[in-house]
Amino acid sequence: MSPERRATLALALLAAGVALAMLAFMTLGVKGSWAFVLQFRGMKLLGLILVAHAVAVSTVLFQTVTANRILTPSIMGFDALFVLSSTLLVAVLGSTALASVDARALFAAKLALMTCCSMALYRWLFLGEEQSLHRLLLTGVVFGIFLRTLAEFVQRLLDPNEFMVLSDMLFASFTGINPVLMVFGWALVGAVTLWLGMNLARLDVIGLGRPVAVNLGIRWRRDVLAVLGIVSVLVSVSTALVGPVTFFGLLAASLARLAVGTSRHAVLLPAASLTAMLLLISGQTILERLFAFNTALGIVIEFFGGVVFLLLLLKGGRK
Amino acid sequence: MIETRDLRKSYGTSLVLDGVSVTLPRGGITTIIGANGAGKSTLLSVISRLLSPDSGTALMDGEDIFRINGPELAKKLAVLRQENHLTARLTVRELVSFGRYPHSKGRLSDADRAAVAHALLWLDLNDLQDRFLDQLSGGQRQRAFVAMVLAQETDYILLDEPLNNLDMKNARAMMLILREAVRELQKTVVMVLHDINFASVHSDRIIAMKAGKVIHSGGPDEIVAPAILREIYDMDIEVREIENRRFAFYYG
Repeated sequence: MSPERRATLALALLAAGVALAMLAFMTLGVKGSWAFVLQFRGMKLLGLILVAHAVAVSTVLFQTVTANRILTPSIMGFDALFVLSSTLLVAVLGSTALASVDARALFAAKLALMTCCSMALYRWLFLGEEQSLHRLLLTGVVFGIFLRTLAEFVQRLLDPNEFMVLSDMLFASFTGINPVLMVFGWALVGAVTLWLGMNLARLDVIGLGRPVAVNLGIRWRRDVLAVLGIVSVLVSVSTALVGPVTFFGLLAASLARLAVGTSRHAVLLPAASLTAMLLLISGQTILERLFAFNTALGIVIEFFGGVVFLLLLLKGGRK
Repeated sequence: MIETRDLRKSYGTSLVLDGVSVTLPRGGITTIIGANGAGKSTLLSVISRLLSPDSGTALMDGEDIFRINGPELAKKLAVLRQENHLTARLTVRELVSFGRYPHSKGRLSDADRAAVAHALLWLDLNDLQDRFLDQLSGGQRQRAFVAMVLAQETDYILLDEPLNNLDMKNARAMMLILREAVRELQKTVVMVLHDINFASVHSDRIIAMKAGKVIHSGGPDEIVAPAILREIYDMDIEVREIENRRFAFYYG
Protein backbone atom coordinates (compact mmCIF):
# COMPACT_ATOMS: atom_id res chain seq x y z
CA MET A 1 0.00 0.00 0.00
CA SER A 2 1.40 3.40 -0.94
CA PRO A 3 2.06 5.88 1.88
CA GLU A 4 -0.66 8.23 0.62
CA ARG A 5 -3.33 5.53 0.58
CA ARG A 6 -2.35 4.35 4.01
CA ALA A 7 -2.65 7.86 5.43
CA THR A 8 -6.06 8.42 3.83
CA LEU A 9 -7.31 5.08 5.11
CA ALA A 10 -6.09 5.79 8.63
CA LEU A 11 -7.77 9.20 8.62
CA ALA A 12 -11.05 7.71 7.38
CA LEU A 13 -10.98 4.99 10.04
CA LEU A 14 -10.23 7.52 12.77
CA ALA A 15 -13.06 9.78 11.62
CA ALA A 16 -15.46 6.85 11.58
CA GLY A 17 -14.31 5.85 15.05
CA VAL A 18 -14.87 9.36 16.37
CA ALA A 19 -18.35 9.50 14.80
CA LEU A 20 -19.26 6.19 16.45
CA ALA A 21 -17.89 7.32 19.80
CA MET A 22 -19.89 10.54 19.56
CA LEU A 23 -23.05 8.62 18.75
CA ALA A 24 -22.51 6.28 21.69
CA PHE A 25 -21.72 9.18 24.00
CA MET A 26 -24.89 11.00 23.05
CA THR A 27 -27.39 8.14 22.99
CA LEU A 28 -26.37 5.29 25.33
CA GLY A 29 -28.37 4.86 28.51
CA VAL A 30 -30.73 7.77 28.05
CA LYS A 31 -33.46 7.88 30.68
CA GLY A 32 -36.16 10.53 30.80
CA SER A 33 -36.35 13.59 28.58
CA TRP A 34 -34.33 13.23 25.35
CA ALA A 35 -34.28 16.97 24.77
CA PHE A 36 -32.68 17.61 28.13
CA VAL A 37 -30.19 14.77 27.87
CA LEU A 38 -29.10 15.70 24.35
CA GLN A 39 -28.55 19.31 25.31
CA PHE A 40 -26.69 18.36 28.48
CA ARG A 41 -24.49 15.79 26.80
CA GLY A 42 -24.05 17.96 23.73
CA MET A 43 -22.41 20.63 25.85
CA LYS A 44 -20.10 18.08 27.43
CA LEU A 45 -19.26 16.67 24.01
CA LEU A 46 -18.37 20.10 22.65
CA GLY A 47 -16.03 20.57 25.60
CA LEU A 48 -14.36 17.22 25.07
CA ILE A 49 -13.86 17.90 21.35
CA LEU A 50 -12.34 21.31 22.07
CA VAL A 51 -9.93 20.02 24.70
CA ALA A 52 -8.90 17.01 22.62
CA HIS A 53 -8.22 19.18 19.57
CA ALA A 54 -6.28 21.82 21.53
CA VAL A 55 -4.10 19.30 23.37
CA ALA A 56 -3.34 17.21 20.27
CA VAL A 57 -2.57 20.12 17.95
CA SER A 58 -0.43 21.94 20.51
CA THR A 59 1.60 18.78 21.09
CA VAL A 60 2.22 18.15 17.39
CA LEU A 61 3.20 21.79 16.78
CA PHE A 62 5.53 21.81 19.74
CA GLN A 63 7.20 18.65 18.50
CA THR A 64 7.56 20.22 15.05
CA VAL A 65 9.41 23.33 16.23
CA THR A 66 11.60 21.42 18.67
CA ALA A 67 12.26 18.62 16.12
CA ASN A 68 11.63 15.78 18.52
CA ARG A 69 9.03 13.16 19.33
CA ILE A 70 9.25 13.08 23.12
CA LEU A 71 8.82 16.61 24.41
CA THR A 72 5.39 18.11 24.80
CA PRO A 73 4.32 21.49 26.14
CA SER A 74 3.24 19.93 29.41
CA ILE A 75 6.49 18.01 29.93
CA MET A 76 8.27 21.33 29.38
CA GLY A 77 6.27 22.92 32.19
CA PHE A 78 3.58 24.91 30.37
CA ASP A 79 1.08 23.29 32.75
CA ALA A 80 3.17 24.26 35.78
CA LEU A 81 2.77 27.83 34.63
CA PHE A 82 -0.99 27.33 34.76
CA VAL A 83 -0.80 25.90 38.28
CA LEU A 84 1.27 28.85 39.40
CA SER A 85 -0.98 31.45 37.80
CA SER A 86 -4.12 29.87 39.32
CA THR A 87 -2.45 29.62 42.72
CA LEU A 88 -1.40 33.24 42.59
CA LEU A 89 -4.91 34.30 41.59
CA VAL A 90 -6.42 32.46 44.57
CA ALA A 91 -3.72 33.69 46.93
CA VAL A 92 -3.97 37.31 45.90
CA LEU A 93 -7.70 37.68 45.36
CA GLY A 94 -9.06 35.01 47.71
CA SER A 95 -11.66 32.39 46.81
CA THR A 96 -14.66 34.50 47.77
CA ALA A 97 -13.54 37.33 45.52
CA LEU A 98 -12.84 34.87 42.69
CA ALA A 99 -16.33 33.41 42.97
CA SER A 100 -17.81 36.84 42.37
CA VAL A 101 -15.59 37.64 39.36
CA ASP A 102 -17.14 36.93 35.98
CA ALA A 103 -15.95 33.51 34.74
CA ARG A 104 -15.10 34.90 31.31
CA ALA A 105 -12.97 37.69 32.73
CA LEU A 106 -11.11 35.18 34.88
CA PHE A 107 -10.60 32.96 31.86
CA ALA A 108 -9.27 35.85 29.78
CA ALA A 109 -6.93 36.87 32.60
CA LYS A 110 -5.52 33.35 32.97
CA LEU A 111 -5.15 32.98 29.23
CA ALA A 112 -3.29 36.27 28.87
CA LEU A 113 -1.09 35.50 31.85
CA MET A 114 -0.17 32.04 30.60
CA THR A 115 0.45 33.12 27.01
CA CYS A 116 2.69 36.02 28.02
CA CYS A 117 4.65 33.98 30.54
CA SER A 118 5.21 31.02 28.24
CA MET A 119 6.36 33.28 25.39
CA ALA A 120 8.71 35.12 27.72
CA LEU A 121 10.06 31.96 29.32
CA TYR A 122 10.41 29.69 26.34
CA ARG A 123 11.12 31.86 23.31
CA TRP A 124 14.87 31.97 23.88
CA LEU A 125 15.02 28.19 23.98
CA PHE A 126 13.93 27.80 20.39
CA LEU A 127 15.66 30.65 18.63
CA GLY A 128 19.28 29.67 19.26
CA GLU A 129 21.32 28.65 16.25
CA GLU A 130 22.21 25.27 17.65
CA GLN A 131 19.77 23.59 19.96
CA SER A 132 20.28 20.34 21.73
CA LEU A 133 17.36 18.22 22.75
CA HIS A 134 18.95 17.39 26.06
CA ARG A 135 19.44 21.02 26.96
CA LEU A 136 15.81 21.69 26.06
CA LEU A 137 14.55 18.78 28.10
CA LEU A 138 16.67 19.66 31.12
CA THR A 139 15.74 23.32 31.00
CA GLY A 140 12.07 22.45 30.64
CA VAL A 141 12.14 20.03 33.55
CA VAL A 142 14.01 22.54 35.72
CA PHE A 143 11.55 25.28 34.78
CA GLY A 144 8.66 22.97 35.57
CA ILE A 145 10.10 22.05 38.97
CA PHE A 146 10.80 25.69 39.77
CA LEU A 147 7.29 26.83 38.85
CA ARG A 148 5.66 23.90 40.63
CA THR A 149 7.67 24.41 43.82
CA LEU A 150 6.88 28.08 43.78
CA ALA A 151 3.18 27.24 43.43
CA GLU A 152 3.46 24.68 46.25
CA PHE A 153 5.12 27.23 48.48
CA VAL A 154 2.27 29.69 47.92
CA GLN A 155 -0.24 26.87 48.44
CA ARG A 156 1.24 26.14 51.88
CA LEU A 157 0.54 29.70 52.90
CA LEU A 158 -3.12 29.38 51.89
CA ASP A 159 -6.06 28.98 54.21
CA PRO A 160 -7.34 25.33 54.01
CA ASN A 161 -10.66 26.46 52.55
CA GLU A 162 -8.97 28.46 49.82
CA PHE A 163 -6.78 25.46 49.09
CA MET A 164 -9.89 23.33 48.56
CA VAL A 165 -11.17 25.79 45.97
CA LEU A 166 -7.79 25.79 44.27
CA SER A 167 -7.41 22.02 44.06
CA ASP A 168 -10.87 21.90 42.54
CA MET A 169 -9.61 24.26 39.82
CA LEU A 170 -6.44 22.26 39.25
CA PHE A 171 -7.56 18.66 39.07
CA ALA A 172 -8.21 17.53 35.53
CA SER A 173 -11.89 16.96 35.14
CA PHE A 174 -13.41 16.26 31.77
CA THR A 175 -16.95 16.54 33.06
CA GLY A 176 -17.04 19.83 34.90
CA ILE A 177 -16.37 22.12 31.92
CA ASN A 178 -17.88 25.54 32.31
CA PRO A 179 -20.21 26.13 29.32
CA VAL A 180 -19.80 29.90 29.34
CA LEU A 181 -16.07 29.57 28.79
CA MET A 182 -16.48 27.18 25.91
CA VAL A 183 -17.67 29.84 23.50
CA PHE A 184 -14.44 31.74 24.15
CA GLY A 185 -12.40 28.62 23.75
CA TRP A 186 -14.07 27.60 20.50
CA ALA A 187 -13.61 31.04 18.96
CA LEU A 188 -9.90 31.14 19.83
CA VAL A 189 -9.12 27.61 18.81
CA GLY A 190 -11.15 28.01 15.64
CA ALA A 191 -9.15 31.07 14.58
CA VAL A 192 -5.86 29.34 15.35
CA THR A 193 -6.90 26.23 13.42
CA LEU A 194 -7.79 28.33 10.40
CA TRP A 195 -4.34 29.94 10.41
CA LEU A 196 -2.71 26.51 10.68
CA GLY A 197 -4.80 25.24 7.79
CA MET A 198 -3.37 27.98 5.58
CA ASN A 199 0.21 27.25 6.62
CA LEU A 200 0.46 23.47 6.43
CA ALA A 201 3.30 23.44 3.88
CA ARG A 202 5.29 25.92 5.93
CA LEU A 203 4.85 23.76 9.03
CA ASP A 204 6.19 20.78 7.09
CA VAL A 205 9.31 22.76 6.18
CA ILE A 206 9.79 23.98 9.76
CA GLY A 207 9.66 20.33 10.81
CA LEU A 208 12.82 19.66 8.79
CA GLY A 209 14.84 21.52 11.43
CA ARG A 210 16.51 24.91 11.35
CA PRO A 211 19.35 24.42 8.83
CA VAL A 212 17.19 22.82 6.14
CA ALA A 213 14.24 25.13 6.80
CA VAL A 214 16.38 28.28 6.60
CA ASN A 215 17.92 26.96 3.39
CA LEU A 216 14.41 26.63 1.97
CA GLY A 217 13.63 30.24 2.84
CA ILE A 218 11.82 29.97 6.17
CA ARG A 219 12.15 33.06 8.35
CA TRP A 220 12.95 30.92 11.35
CA ARG A 221 12.67 33.47 14.14
CA ARG A 222 9.36 34.92 13.04
CA ASP A 223 7.70 31.64 12.16
CA VAL A 224 8.83 29.73 15.23
CA LEU A 225 7.64 32.53 17.50
CA ALA A 226 4.27 32.47 15.75
CA VAL A 227 3.96 28.71 16.27
CA LEU A 228 5.05 29.04 19.90
CA GLY A 229 2.39 31.72 20.45
CA ILE A 230 -0.21 29.37 19.01
CA VAL A 231 0.95 26.55 21.26
CA SER A 232 0.60 28.86 24.26
CA VAL A 233 -2.95 29.81 23.32
CA LEU A 234 -3.97 26.17 22.79
CA VAL A 235 -2.40 25.01 26.05
CA SER A 236 -4.02 27.92 27.86
CA VAL A 237 -7.45 27.02 26.52
CA SER A 238 -7.22 23.35 27.38
CA THR A 239 -5.67 23.81 30.83
CA ALA A 240 -8.04 26.61 31.74
CA LEU A 241 -10.97 24.34 30.85
CA VAL A 242 -9.94 21.03 32.40
CA GLY A 243 -6.68 21.61 34.27
CA PRO A 244 -3.24 20.23 33.44
CA VAL A 245 -2.98 16.89 31.64
CA THR A 246 0.65 15.88 31.32
CA PHE A 247 0.81 12.90 29.00
CA PHE A 248 -2.45 12.99 27.09
CA GLY A 249 -1.03 15.04 24.21
CA LEU A 250 1.96 12.75 23.92
CA LEU A 251 -0.31 9.70 23.82
CA ALA A 252 -2.52 11.16 21.09
CA ALA A 253 0.37 12.47 18.96
CA SER A 254 2.36 9.23 19.19
CA LEU A 255 -0.63 7.05 18.32
CA ALA A 256 -1.51 9.33 15.40
CA ARG A 257 2.06 9.11 14.05
CA LEU A 258 1.86 5.33 14.25
CA ALA A 259 -1.50 5.32 12.48
CA VAL A 260 -0.67 7.58 9.52
CA GLY A 261 3.07 6.89 9.18
CA THR A 262 3.85 10.33 7.78
CA SER A 263 4.91 13.69 9.20
CA ARG A 264 2.96 15.81 6.74
CA HIS A 265 0.90 18.23 8.79
CA ALA A 266 -2.04 18.09 6.41
CA VAL A 267 -2.46 14.49 7.57
CA LEU A 268 -0.83 14.46 10.98
CA LEU A 269 -2.70 17.39 12.55
CA PRO A 270 -6.20 16.07 11.79
CA ALA A 271 -5.08 12.55 12.69
CA ALA A 272 -3.76 13.64 16.09
CA SER A 273 -6.86 15.67 16.73
CA LEU A 274 -9.14 12.75 15.79
CA THR A 275 -7.09 10.31 17.88
CA ALA A 276 -7.38 12.56 20.90
CA MET A 277 -11.14 12.88 20.39
CA LEU A 278 -11.50 9.14 20.02
CA LEU A 279 -9.59 8.54 23.27
CA LEU A 280 -11.45 11.17 25.24
CA ILE A 281 -14.98 10.58 24.01
CA SER A 282 -14.90 6.80 24.01
CA GLY A 283 -13.06 6.77 27.33
CA GLN A 284 -15.62 9.05 28.86
CA THR A 285 -18.50 7.00 27.46
CA ILE A 286 -17.08 3.75 28.78
CA LEU A 287 -16.41 5.19 32.22
CA GLU A 288 -19.82 6.82 32.51
CA ARG A 289 -21.95 4.03 31.06
CA LEU A 290 -20.06 0.87 31.91
CA PHE A 291 -18.44 1.67 35.21
CA ALA A 292 -20.76 4.45 36.31
CA PHE A 293 -18.08 6.68 37.74
CA ASN A 294 -17.05 10.01 36.44
CA THR A 295 -13.77 11.50 37.51
CA ALA A 296 -11.13 8.88 36.79
CA LEU A 297 -10.67 9.35 33.03
CA GLY A 298 -7.82 11.79 33.54
CA ILE A 299 -5.98 9.29 35.69
CA VAL A 300 -6.46 6.42 33.21
CA ILE A 301 -5.26 8.54 30.27
CA GLU A 302 -2.28 9.83 32.22
CA PHE A 303 -1.34 6.26 33.07
CA PHE A 304 -1.24 5.13 29.44
CA GLY A 305 0.38 8.40 28.33
CA GLY A 306 3.08 7.95 30.95
CA VAL A 307 3.77 4.43 29.70
CA VAL A 308 4.13 5.76 26.13
CA PHE A 309 6.52 8.47 27.39
CA LEU A 310 8.72 5.87 29.07
CA LEU A 311 8.68 3.67 25.97
CA LEU A 312 9.71 6.61 23.77
CA LEU A 313 12.50 7.53 26.17
CA LEU A 314 13.78 3.95 26.19
CA LYS A 315 13.59 3.72 22.42
CA GLY A 316 15.38 7.07 22.05
CA GLY A 317 18.07 5.93 24.46
CA ARG A 318 18.81 2.82 22.45
CA LYS A 319 19.43 4.64 19.17
CA MET B 1 29.97 36.34 -6.75
CA ILE B 2 30.22 35.70 -3.03
CA GLU B 3 32.54 37.85 -0.99
CA THR B 4 33.31 37.95 2.67
CA ARG B 5 34.90 40.84 4.51
CA ASP B 6 36.81 40.28 7.71
CA LEU B 7 34.51 37.59 9.10
CA ARG B 8 35.05 36.71 12.73
CA LYS B 9 33.29 34.09 14.77
CA SER B 10 34.14 32.46 18.05
CA TYR B 11 32.53 29.77 20.15
CA GLY B 12 33.25 30.60 23.77
CA THR B 13 36.96 31.34 23.90
CA SER B 14 37.97 29.55 20.72
CA LEU B 15 38.22 31.70 17.64
CA VAL B 16 36.90 29.75 14.64
CA LEU B 17 36.96 32.45 11.99
CA ASP B 18 39.76 34.93 12.39
CA GLY B 19 39.17 37.71 9.89
CA VAL B 20 38.27 35.80 6.74
CA SER B 21 38.12 37.91 3.59
CA VAL B 22 37.67 35.78 0.52
CA THR B 23 36.13 36.12 -2.92
CA LEU B 24 34.32 33.26 -4.61
CA PRO B 25 33.75 34.18 -8.25
CA ARG B 26 30.74 32.99 -10.20
CA GLY B 27 30.85 29.67 -11.98
CA GLY B 28 33.05 26.66 -11.44
CA ILE B 29 33.74 24.44 -8.49
CA THR B 30 35.50 25.92 -5.50
CA THR B 31 36.62 23.59 -2.75
CA ILE B 32 37.57 24.57 0.75
CA ILE B 33 40.20 22.34 2.31
CA GLY B 34 42.01 22.28 5.63
CA ALA B 35 42.53 20.24 8.76
CA ASN B 36 39.74 19.49 11.25
CA GLY B 37 38.72 22.59 13.13
CA ALA B 38 40.22 24.98 10.59
CA GLY B 39 36.86 26.78 10.25
CA LYS B 40 35.75 25.40 6.88
CA SER B 41 32.23 24.41 7.89
CA THR B 42 31.80 27.59 9.89
CA LEU B 43 32.75 29.67 6.86
CA LEU B 44 30.28 27.75 4.70
CA SER B 45 27.55 28.21 7.33
CA VAL B 46 28.16 31.94 7.49
CA ILE B 47 28.10 32.53 3.74
CA SER B 48 24.85 30.58 3.58
CA ARG B 49 23.30 32.65 6.44
CA LEU B 50 22.86 29.62 8.70
CA LEU B 51 25.23 31.13 11.25
CA SER B 52 25.66 34.81 11.97
CA PRO B 53 29.23 36.03 12.38
CA ASP B 54 30.37 38.04 15.39
CA SER B 55 31.63 40.70 13.01
CA GLY B 56 32.30 41.19 9.31
CA THR B 57 29.96 40.76 6.36
CA ALA B 58 29.14 38.21 3.69
CA LEU B 59 27.90 39.50 0.36
CA MET B 60 26.19 37.74 -2.51
CA ASP B 61 26.33 39.70 -5.76
CA GLY B 62 27.05 42.80 -3.70
CA GLU B 63 24.17 42.40 -1.23
CA ASP B 64 24.51 41.57 2.44
CA ILE B 65 23.42 37.96 2.77
CA PHE B 66 21.74 38.57 6.12
CA ARG B 67 19.64 41.41 4.72
CA ILE B 68 18.30 39.59 1.67
CA ASN B 69 14.79 38.38 2.31
CA GLY B 70 14.93 34.69 3.21
CA PRO B 71 12.44 33.30 0.67
CA GLU B 72 14.16 35.22 -2.17
CA LEU B 73 17.62 34.06 -1.15
CA ALA B 74 16.38 30.46 -1.13
CA LYS B 75 15.83 30.73 -4.89
CA LYS B 76 19.42 31.80 -5.50
CA LEU B 77 21.48 29.95 -2.95
CA ALA B 78 21.13 26.44 -1.58
CA VAL B 79 23.16 24.91 1.20
CA LEU B 80 23.52 21.41 2.55
CA ARG B 81 25.17 20.79 5.86
CA GLN B 82 27.16 17.78 6.83
CA GLU B 83 24.82 16.25 9.40
CA ASN B 84 21.18 16.05 8.48
CA HIS B 85 19.13 14.28 11.09
CA LEU B 86 15.46 14.51 10.34
CA THR B 87 12.86 13.68 12.92
CA ALA B 88 10.15 14.01 10.28
CA ARG B 89 9.26 10.77 8.53
CA LEU B 90 9.56 11.35 4.78
CA THR B 91 9.92 9.43 1.58
CA VAL B 92 12.76 10.28 -0.78
CA ARG B 93 10.37 11.95 -3.21
CA GLU B 94 8.79 14.02 -0.45
CA LEU B 95 12.23 15.21 0.64
CA VAL B 96 13.28 16.12 -2.89
CA SER B 97 9.95 17.90 -3.41
CA PHE B 98 10.79 20.14 -0.46
CA GLY B 99 13.55 21.53 -2.66
CA ARG B 100 10.79 23.19 -4.67
CA TYR B 101 9.30 24.93 -1.63
CA PRO B 102 11.00 28.30 -2.32
CA HIS B 103 9.32 28.33 -5.74
CA SER B 104 6.06 26.53 -5.10
CA LYS B 105 5.29 27.29 -1.43
CA GLY B 106 3.97 23.76 -1.15
CA ARG B 107 1.77 23.63 -4.25
CA LEU B 108 3.74 21.73 -6.86
CA SER B 109 3.18 22.83 -10.45
CA ASP B 110 4.05 20.65 -13.44
CA ALA B 111 7.36 22.49 -13.75
CA ASP B 112 8.09 21.73 -10.10
CA ARG B 113 7.30 18.06 -10.60
CA ALA B 114 9.57 17.96 -13.63
CA ALA B 115 12.42 19.48 -11.62
CA VAL B 116 11.90 16.90 -8.88
CA ALA B 117 11.84 14.06 -11.41
CA HIS B 118 15.00 15.39 -13.01
CA ALA B 119 16.83 15.61 -9.69
CA LEU B 120 15.76 12.07 -8.79
CA LEU B 121 16.99 10.81 -12.13
CA TRP B 122 20.28 12.67 -11.87
CA LEU B 123 21.14 11.12 -8.54
CA ASP B 124 19.91 7.71 -9.57
CA LEU B 125 17.16 7.66 -6.96
CA ASN B 126 14.25 6.55 -9.11
CA ASP B 127 14.10 3.08 -7.58
CA LEU B 128 14.24 4.50 -4.09
CA GLN B 129 11.81 7.38 -4.45
CA ASP B 130 9.00 5.80 -2.42
CA ARG B 131 11.24 4.52 0.34
CA PHE B 132 11.30 6.29 3.68
CA LEU B 133 14.56 8.01 4.57
CA ASP B 134 14.94 5.91 7.72
CA GLN B 135 15.03 2.80 5.52
CA LEU B 136 18.03 4.01 3.52
CA SER B 137 21.77 3.63 3.95
CA GLY B 138 23.86 6.67 4.85
CA GLY B 139 25.05 7.08 1.27
CA GLN B 140 21.57 6.83 -0.20
CA ARG B 141 20.30 9.40 2.28
CA GLN B 142 23.19 11.71 1.37
CA ARG B 143 22.23 11.45 -2.30
CA ALA B 144 18.60 12.21 -1.46
CA PHE B 145 19.63 15.41 0.32
CA VAL B 146 21.83 16.48 -2.58
CA ALA B 147 18.89 15.81 -4.92
CA MET B 148 16.76 18.12 -2.78
CA VAL B 149 19.35 20.87 -3.06
CA LEU B 150 19.63 20.39 -6.83
CA ALA B 151 15.84 20.49 -7.20
CA GLN B 152 15.99 23.92 -5.61
CA GLU B 153 17.56 25.10 -8.90
CA THR B 154 19.67 27.85 -7.39
CA ASP B 155 22.66 29.53 -9.00
CA TYR B 156 24.81 28.90 -5.95
CA ILE B 157 25.12 25.48 -4.36
CA LEU B 158 27.04 25.20 -1.09
CA LEU B 159 27.85 21.72 0.18
CA ASP B 160 29.56 20.63 3.35
CA GLU B 161 31.39 17.38 2.64
CA PRO B 162 29.00 16.02 0.03
CA LEU B 163 31.10 12.86 -0.32
CA ASN B 164 30.48 11.87 3.27
CA ASN B 165 29.14 8.32 3.54
CA LEU B 166 29.59 7.69 -0.18
CA ASP B 167 31.52 4.73 -1.54
CA MET B 168 34.05 5.20 -4.37
CA LYS B 169 31.53 4.70 -7.13
CA ASN B 170 28.98 7.09 -5.67
CA ALA B 171 31.59 9.65 -4.66
CA ARG B 172 32.89 9.75 -8.23
CA ALA B 173 29.36 9.92 -9.61
CA MET B 174 28.55 12.80 -7.26
CA MET B 175 31.57 14.81 -8.41
CA LEU B 176 30.70 14.18 -12.06
CA ILE B 177 27.12 15.31 -11.46
CA LEU B 178 28.31 18.51 -9.82
CA ARG B 179 30.72 19.17 -12.67
CA GLU B 180 27.96 18.62 -15.18
CA ALA B 181 25.75 21.07 -13.26
CA VAL B 182 28.54 23.62 -13.41
CA ARG B 183 29.24 23.09 -17.10
CA GLU B 184 25.69 22.72 -18.45
CA LEU B 185 23.72 24.93 -16.10
CA GLN B 186 26.39 27.50 -15.17
CA LYS B 187 26.02 26.77 -11.46
CA THR B 188 28.48 27.94 -8.87
CA VAL B 189 29.43 25.13 -6.50
CA VAL B 190 31.31 25.73 -3.28
CA MET B 191 32.11 22.74 -1.12
CA VAL B 192 34.13 21.57 1.80
CA LEU B 193 36.13 18.48 0.90
CA HIS B 194 38.45 16.28 2.90
CA ASP B 195 39.79 14.19 0.07
CA ILE B 196 42.59 16.31 -1.34
CA ASN B 197 42.74 14.23 -4.53
CA PHE B 198 39.07 14.74 -5.35
CA ALA B 199 39.66 18.43 -4.76
CA SER B 200 42.72 18.39 -6.99
CA VAL B 201 41.04 16.60 -9.88
CA HIS B 202 37.67 18.33 -9.89
CA SER B 203 38.04 21.87 -8.57
CA ASP B 204 38.62 25.02 -10.51
CA ARG B 205 39.78 26.75 -7.38
CA ILE B 206 40.94 25.63 -3.97
CA ILE B 207 40.78 27.67 -0.80
CA ALA B 208 42.97 26.42 2.02
CA MET B 209 42.14 27.28 5.60
CA LYS B 210 44.10 26.92 8.77
CA ALA B 211 43.21 28.06 12.30
CA GLY B 212 40.35 30.26 11.15
CA LYS B 213 42.25 31.99 8.37
CA VAL B 214 42.45 31.55 4.62
CA ILE B 215 46.13 30.86 4.04
CA HIS B 216 46.15 30.05 0.33
CA SER B 217 43.85 30.14 -2.62
CA GLY B 218 44.38 29.27 -6.24
CA GLY B 219 44.08 26.54 -8.84
CA PRO B 220 44.84 22.89 -8.01
CA ASP B 221 48.24 23.16 -9.68
CA GLU B 222 49.25 25.88 -7.24
CA ILE B 223 47.76 24.46 -4.05
CA VAL B 224 48.51 20.78 -4.50
CA ALA B 225 52.23 21.17 -3.95
CA PRO B 226 54.34 19.69 -1.16
CA ALA B 227 55.36 22.99 0.42
CA ILE B 228 51.83 24.36 0.58
CA LEU B 229 50.25 21.08 1.72
CA ARG B 230 52.85 20.89 4.45
CA GLU B 231 51.80 24.32 5.66
CA ILE B 232 48.09 23.39 5.59
CA TYR B 233 48.24 19.97 7.20
CA ASP B 234 51.54 20.07 9.13
CA MET B 235 52.78 16.88 7.52
CA ASP B 236 54.99 15.89 4.62
CA ILE B 237 52.92 14.93 1.62
CA GLU B 238 54.39 13.66 -1.61
CA VAL B 239 52.78 15.04 -4.76
CA ARG B 240 53.01 13.32 -8.15
CA GLU B 241 51.72 14.38 -11.48
CA ILE B 242 49.83 11.77 -13.52
CA GLU B 243 48.34 12.79 -16.87
CA ASN B 244 48.54 16.48 -15.97
CA ARG B 245 46.72 15.99 -12.71
CA ARG B 246 48.28 16.30 -9.33
CA PHE B 247 47.86 13.61 -6.74
CA ALA B 248 48.88 13.65 -3.13
CA PHE B 249 50.26 10.51 -1.52
CA TYR B 250 49.75 10.39 2.18
CA TYR B 251 48.72 6.81 2.80
CA GLY B 252 52.07 5.39 3.83
